[in-house]
Formats: sequence, structure tokens, C-alpha cells
Amino acid sequence: MSRLDVKIPGLNLKNPIMPASGCFGFGREYSGFYDLSVLGAIMIKATTVEPRFGNPTPRVAETSAGMLNAIGLQNPGLEKVFGEELPWLSQYDVPIIANVAGSLEEDYVTVAKEISQATNVHALELNISCPNVKTGGIAFGTIPEIAKELTRKVKEVSQVPVYVKLSPNVTNIVEMARAVEEGGADGITMINTLVGMRLDLKTGKPILANRTGGLSGPAVKPVAIRMIYEVSQAVSIPIIGMGGITSAEDVIEFFYAGASAVAVGTANFVDPFVCPTIIEELPILLDKLGYEHINECIGRSWK
Amino acid sequence: MIRKELCKILSQKEIAKDIYELTVAAELVNEITAPGQFVHVRVSGSWDTPLRRPISISSYDKEKFTMIYRKEGRGTKLLAEIGPGRVIDILGPLGNGFPINEVNVGETALLVGGGIGVPPLYELSNQLVAKGVKVIHVLGFQTESAVFYEKEFLKNGETYVVTVDGSYGSKGFVTDVMKRLSFDCIYSCGPTPMLRAIEQGYPDKKVFLSLEERMGCGIGACFACVCKTTDGSSYRKVCSDGPVFRAGEVLI
Repeated sequence: MSRLDVKIPGLNLKNPIMPASGCFGFGREYSGFYDLSVLGAIMIKATTVEPRFGNPTPRVAETSAGMLNAIGLQNPGLEKVFGEELPWLSQYDVPIIANVAGSLEEDYVTVAKEISQATNVHALELNISCPNVKTGGIAFGTIPEIAKELTRKVKEVSQVPVYVKLSPNVTNIVEMARAVEEGGADGITMINTLVGMRLDLKTGKPILANRTGGLSGPAVKPVAIRMIYEVSQAVSIPIIGMGGITSAEDVIEFFYAGASAVAVGTANFVDPFVCPTIIEELPILLDKLGYEHINECIGRSWK
Repeated sequence: MIRKELCKILSQKEIAKDIYELTVAAELVNEITAPGQFVHVRVSGSWDTPLRRPISISSYDKEKFTMIYRKEGRGTKLLAEIGPGRVIDILGPLGNGFPINEVNVGETALLVGGGIGVPPLYELSNQLVAKGVKVIHVLGFQTESAVFYEKEFLKNGETYVVTVDGSYGSKGFVTDVMKRLSFDCIYSCGPTPMLRAIEQGYPDKKVFLSLEERMGCGIGACFACVCKTTDGSSYRKVCSDGPVFRAGEVLI
């Protein structure tokens, strides 16, 4: 009997560990390190209708226990993701969660409609929270009514369940979560990065060409835990949690907060083997903590 | 194949002001395919400095390799403190190096390095000499205290050292010296303005440039170190498509 299998809308996962969108490309690079079929799922890089080059460099800067990034949703565009990346990924026994991004409502709808028809795409992650693109993106992620409406529009065309990725850069994340639930979201993924900035000591100017970037890594974990703790008590749809996970212990903490599965982001850059390592360590940690199944950990912080 | 390996430090010493030469025992040397490849080094086991540091390979044999880096920020300061016998987590070899087959036996290759861009040229020089190619080196530094490896390069061929302030060798920039030399092919690594000057100054020569960019993953997954192709229609990743590019391939 598996102690790690998880069932959430559209996703029958052999384990609850998946690489987070933007931190794993479309899997090709990491396939040289291990068999991608060991993963619970893969959240592929954000896809837009047209190819995007993204922001000028420098695009990354290290911070204490974290990093800032301002990639700017660089991706090869819907046609190439659908025609090349997804078919390549289909050689692995792993469900794909396609991250859908855009500037206008119709962009999201176009990508969602098309990409949800791929046989290995089992769910969509609606990216309404990228802090690094000038139009769209974050506006959809900060105004509840707009988020709700977009969710509803995407739900109308999607062939698979829709998870909405929430931004932490809001005054009231519970309000956002409730809005997307009302819009028909099947689940929530959270949190995206926190907007931050680093300045160069010599020039006095921002290090990132985009000036601001999204903060990720262990530094943001307490923020993610707190927000999942609040949101999981306010909505009835499941949460895929993310934000600074580096270990099996972190995973359990996210489950305690209220997550039903988790994604690992920045840690992939530091240790390409971090996901399979966590998957191997989880049963040992469950033994140590006295749980039969990881599901027993969900929401323990408030139940 | 890229490997992640815990490598034992064999030696570490400061060879010029804030310039460190670090040699580690590593099996990943067997995967090196060309001079100019680099490794991604975790400077401590702590998550306080999460990102790896890209450092070029300056020489290698069947059991070990040497890196030369400048102690500058938080991470390289930590790295400089690690003594022999300790192990460090290294990912590599990464990227594509200098193509040594682009220059023929009996021809002359000009190797032009600027500051911390000098190290990868050392292994390149060794391999070109072993192949029977004549090498000339032009090495640029800020000032006398920053100069390193002059003797090592001299063993392989003519070597000109240039400093910006004139405190050692000739005063000026590497391009000043290059004008006086004749050669068939250029290999270069150093600051972007230097690479740009070389690319613009020698449009008719075969020129290979090694680029530097802030990196995330180092393996092509994160899209941090991307540059545009010259015609603007596409892009290359410095970490996995480079760091060495033929002049004219990407916008620098």
C-alpha cells in the first residue's frame, strides 16, 4: 500500500511531490539526472499564446536564504509547447500540470482551451500571479472580482480541472481564494513569489534589469505556511502548497498547514536531485512521526 | 554527462590579491569534453547562500581539476575559507567549451583574457600546444596585484601582460597589444566590453568568445542567463548553449 498517494481533482498522484512551474523548464534538463516518472507530477513552465523572450538580464540575484528572479515568462509559445514539449514528456508516466499565462483574458482562454487537450495534461495552473510581467498577470491576481471572472472563463473552455495560482502580494489572500473558488476553481496553488528588490553596493541601483523580482526559496516559507493555514480553513477546494520547500520536513509542515500536495521550486537549482530525495525520505519521516499515510497530516495545525 | 559530486579539496591558495586557485579531486573530470567548460559550486551546505557559483575549469587531468576565482561577494568569501581535506558539492562539467579543432596544426591562435576571464584560457593553451598549434597570449588585468599565471602561460608561448593602470606590463587594454600581432584565430574570455571590442575589431577572423552571466540552475532550466541571437529572432542560454559562442552568433 502506498503511503504517499494523493487524489485531488484531475490528479491521481503516486506521491505529492512535484517540481514547481518555472523551476524545471519542460523537464528535459532534469531527465539527465533521474527518471521523471518518479515524480508525483510536473508543473511545466508558464505557456503563453506567442513565444516570449522575457526580461533583460541580469534576471536573478541571490538573497539571504533565497533568490530574486525576473525571468519574465520566457517560453517558446503554445504551438511549440503543445507540439514538441508535451509529446516529449509523454514518454514518462507522470501527469503534467500546465501553467497558463497571458496578458489579456482571451490569451488565457486560448492557451487553456488548447493545452488542456493534450493527453498528458491532467490539470491547469492558472498563473494570475506572476510579478514580473508589466501587463495582465498580477492584475488578475490582486483584484478578486477579476480573478473570479477569469477563472470562470477558463473553466468554460478547459478539458481538465483548473487550479489557480495565488499571489502573496495582496492585502487579503483569503478573499482572493474565496473569489476563485466562487469562479469555479477546482483547486488552489500557492504561493507565487513575493515582490522584492536588491541594490548593487557600488552603483546604488537595482541588480535586476527589471528592478524588482520575485523572492523565492526558504526565506519565504513562513509566509507560505501562514497563508495556506488561513486559506485552507476558508475554502473547500484542495491546495497544492509551495514556497521554499527543501526537505521532507518542510513537506510535512505544508501538509500540517493545510496543503494536499506540494511543489518544490528554487531547491531544484541548488540540488537537481531534491525531488527524488524528498520522495525517498518521506516514508522514513512518516514512520518517525507515527503516521500511516501522509494524508493524515493535512490541516493538523487547525483541525 | 553532468554529475553532482562531493569533491575533496586538495589545495587552495591565494595566487594574487583576492584571486584563489582551488584544486579538487573529482571523477567528473572524465566527463569534460573541451577547455572552457565550467562547474557550478555550492559554497556551503547552508541554505543561507542557496545559489551555486559558476566557476570555469582552468586545468584538469584524470583525477583532479583546478578552478581560479575571485573572492568578491558573500559566496566566494565562504568558499575561500574552506581548507584542504574538506569536501564541496560540485555540479559539472557544464556548458560547451572552446572548439580546438577550429585551428589547424602550424597555425597561430591568439588567446585573450581579461581578469577573472583568464583561467579557462590556460587549459585551452595547454591543449592547443599539445596539438601543435602556436599560441600567443594577451592577458589584461586592472593592476599589478591582480596579475596571475604569467609564468604558466609563458611556458606555452609568447605572453603579453597589460594593466589598466600601467603598474605591470604595458599600460592600456588588451586590444592595444592585439593590433601589433598576427594570428589565425582568436579565443577570448573576459568582461563584456572587452569581448565586444574584439568582436567588432576582427570581423574577418575566426573568433570564439566565452560569455559571463548571472546564473540560476546552470543546466538550462531556469532561463536566467539568456541572450539574444544577433538577428534578434531567437535566443541562446549562456550556461547550456555557451558559455563559448562564435563571434556574431549572439548579441553581446
